[in-house]
Amino acid sequence: MAAPVLEVTNLTVAIAGGGDRANAIENVSLTVMPGEIVCVVGESGSGKSVTSQAVMALLPKGQLRISGGSIKLEGDELTTKSQPAMRAVRGKRAAMVFQEPMTALNPVERCGDQIAEVLEIHTDLDAKARRARVLDVMRSVHLPDPEQMAEAYPHQLSGGQRQRVMIAMALVLDPALLIADEPTTALDVTTQAQILKLIREMQVRRNTGVLFITHDFGVVSEIADRVVVMQRGRIVEQGTKAEILAAPREAYTQMLIAAVPSLVPPVRVPITSQVTLETIKLNKTYGGRSFFKPSGRVVKAATDVSFQIRRGETLGIVGESGSGKSTVARCIARLVDPTSGRIDLDDVDIARMSERKLRPYRRRVQIVFQDPYRSLNPRRSVGQSIIEGPMNFGLPHGEAIERARNLMGLVGLSPDALDRFPHQFSGGQRQRIAIARALAMEPVLLIGDEPVSALDVSVQAQVLQLLDSVRKKFDLAVLFITHDLRVAAQICDRIAVMQRGVVVETGPTANVFANPQHDYTRALFSAAPGQGFGHRIGAGKIDLVPAV
Amino acid sequence: MSVEPNIAASSSPLTAVPAARRQQSSMARAFRNPSVLIGGLVIVIMVALGAAAPWLGTINPTEPHTSGRNKLPGSEVTVRDDDGKPVKIAYRLGSDNLGRDVYSRVLYGARISIFVGITVAIISVIAGMIIGLFSGYIRWLDPIVMRIMDGLMAIPAILLAIALVSLFRAGIGAVILAITIPEIPRVVRLVRSVVLSVREEPYVEAAITTGTPMLKLLWRHVLPNTIAPMIVQGTFICASAILVEAILSFLGIGIPPETPTWGNVMAAGKDVFYLFPHNIFYPGVMLALTVLAVNMLGDGLRDTLDPKLAKRV
Repeated sequence: MAAPVLEVTNLTVAIAGGGDRANAIENVSLTVMPGEIVCVVGESGSGKSVTSQAVMALLPKGQLRISGGSIKLEGDELTTKSQPAMRAVRGKRAAMVFQEPMTALNPVERCGDQIAEVLEIHTDLDAKARRARVLDVMRSVHLPDPEQMAEAYPHQLSGGQRQRVMIAMALVLDPALLIADEPTTALDVTTQAQILKLIREMQVRRNTGVLFITHDFGVVSEIADRVVVMQRGRIVEQGTKAEILAAPREAYTQMLIAAVPSLVPPVRVPITSQVTLETIKLNKTYGGRSFFKPSGRVVKAATDVSFQIRRGETLGIVGESGSGKSTVARCIARLVDPTSGRIDLDDVDIARMSERKLRPYRRRVQIVFQDPYRSLNPRRSVGQSIIEGPMNFGLPHGEAIERARNLMGLVGLSPDALDRFPHQFSGGQRQRIAIARALAMEPVLLIGDEPVSALDVSVQAQVLQLLDSVRKKFDLAVLFITHDLRVAAQICDRIAVMQRGVVVETGPTANVFANPQHDYTRALFSAAPGQGFGHRIGAGKIDLVPAV
Repeated sequence: MSVEPNIAASSSPLTAVPAARRQQSSMARAFRNPSVLIGGLVIVIMVALGAAAPWLGTINPTEPHTSGRNKLPGSEVTVRDDDGKPVKIAYRLGSDNLGRDVYSRVLYGARISIFVGITVAIISVIAGMIIGLFSGYIRWLDPIVMRIMDGLMAIPAILLAIALVSLFRAGIGAVILAITIPEIPRVVRLVRSVVLSVREEPYVEAAITTGTPMLKLLWRHVLPNTIAPMIVQGTFICASAILVEAILSFLGIGIPPETPTWGNVMAAGKDVFYLFPHNIFYPGVMLALTVLAVNMLGDGLRDTLDPKLAKRV
């Protein structure tokens, strides 16, 4: 058996000044063999990123420091190395790919020059040889037209291309170890599939050991050879992919895996109640000419979007970033004014209503936003946030408080927490509060704009469950915007697939998943990572038990 | 997983710091900052000197004494008062070319300078805040307001002062107006930039969908975000206003020359500067100290209240 590329033994990283725990990671031991992809999975705060930063000696100074254990790269101890000595290791023997390629690349330097910089620092190659190597590596990561791409600035490339440049930069010196820290999290699912394929290909061709950090079990099942599960700074369980995914031993791992929604939609009875919301040829364009901008470019964010949502029904809009799904949601909530078309809410067109006329209809459409950390005013207590809406519509303070207390119970929080401020709650709890705030308005239509995308998978399952139970309880029409096909499969009665502002396909969830008609839908579905994984736990769909 | 509501309810982080205490600690942190401390202390001393001027051994700062012109610091002169009785005057910091006591004029001058500085800061911050809030929030209004602000910013305070003095009368009101108007656009721009980013916050959008009227929305959800940068910006405006007031007085286009202001004292002394530098030195030192102190206070507040602002101002 070959010697491991990376051998981490009993690694402990202490938090200076102490946070909610003394050590960011404790007694972490793992190995990466040549040509092996080891996935480190865990929820936020599990210490998976700290592990990778420790290996690269990139821990934030003064906050985290290695207090015990060893890190061996090809048998060479790293923990005792000075920063100058580590500089010779970084890039040359171990390289890293980050989550957000836009911020990881220098925005004012040409991509080719950024890759060449690595060679300039670590090799004696002359400019011509460097140029040749750069083009070579760019070709190997399948960047189209490398000569031109090398001259481009990062903002001129797409997200996927930028990540390819990052990977090219990491691989140009043929490092023994590649650390990829959530490299596809910021990317669309079709792009993600390509990048995963690329990492796989690179690793096979160059026999690189890869330490792959991710929170997504779909990705794990797609790419991993071995899996390390982390929770609160400790390794819960590690083993081969088959062992972990098919037969997890630890309760935590079982819970994590069970919380991953399946790609197979459950059988649902078609809903035939009355139509709550109907959009007819809804259009939204941005830009265009104005007095101060004589030459504006017109962007069509939504084109002729038409759909219906019935009472008690969940319609999902799925699509990649820039597909216009959020624009549609925001038009319906009248946060932006649609350019043309109708939005019929219980047969009243609200698309072009003036703010004054719209006021009584505002309460009937409520929205839950993606980012739980920004959707509540940090300066106002949770109670104040919840009662604000009802009091805007004339409910006396006492009754509003009473309603808020009931709703807090309904969303699974203590009614006594109304006096607390948002920063005292976790992300999932804040999302519950946001749901309570929406429900306080007694809406007929609830819009969820990626309401679970920022949450960890176990919390995500709980919030989805809550959303589904309030839909049933209040007979709400729900418009659910998501990029996550697994979530869509589980929660939506019908789905509409959007691409570049156009609804390309719509139908009952089961039909669309089983038999996608449009090319784009098929591409989208086939790109979803971990297809097999999803099917395998198909029986273990989210248990949608009412929360109250 | 049906047990989760209870888990969520019981696992609320009760130990977190209440917001009230957190805000208090940010104020406490501000007062521990050395530049806030030193700047604040100097300002307090200046205000005290101005306020307590009548009790600090001063004489009427506007009264000329023909027998006591251009005296050096420390000289004593006997003059006759209105009844013809001889009175001794000690010119601690000398006298100017009309025999007015520089010490008294400098102390009383602190009143005018600080009053002008604070008034200009308050008026321009409040006016700029209101205009900026609406300009940033109401899309169609924004380009119109911003072009007007561009126009206002193009007017130099000195020219505006000349115009206002020639329209009305020289006086403290005209000076305050002349300094305030060109400052307002700077505040408007800053407030507007904050509003533009806060307006996109989901909690503001959530307030819109819950039917919060615009004024209430601006007051509750948008305005609080502008307070910290405004306090900081206000101190910088105050410092600059004190300087501009001194410049206007020095040039003779501000507050009438008999009124004791630091600029006027310096103006009175400029012709005999080579022989009697004290006329310019003492008010100059006071002016420099005050402006430095206000700027230090502003820098310190910026560092503690709003670290991100450093990039914007």
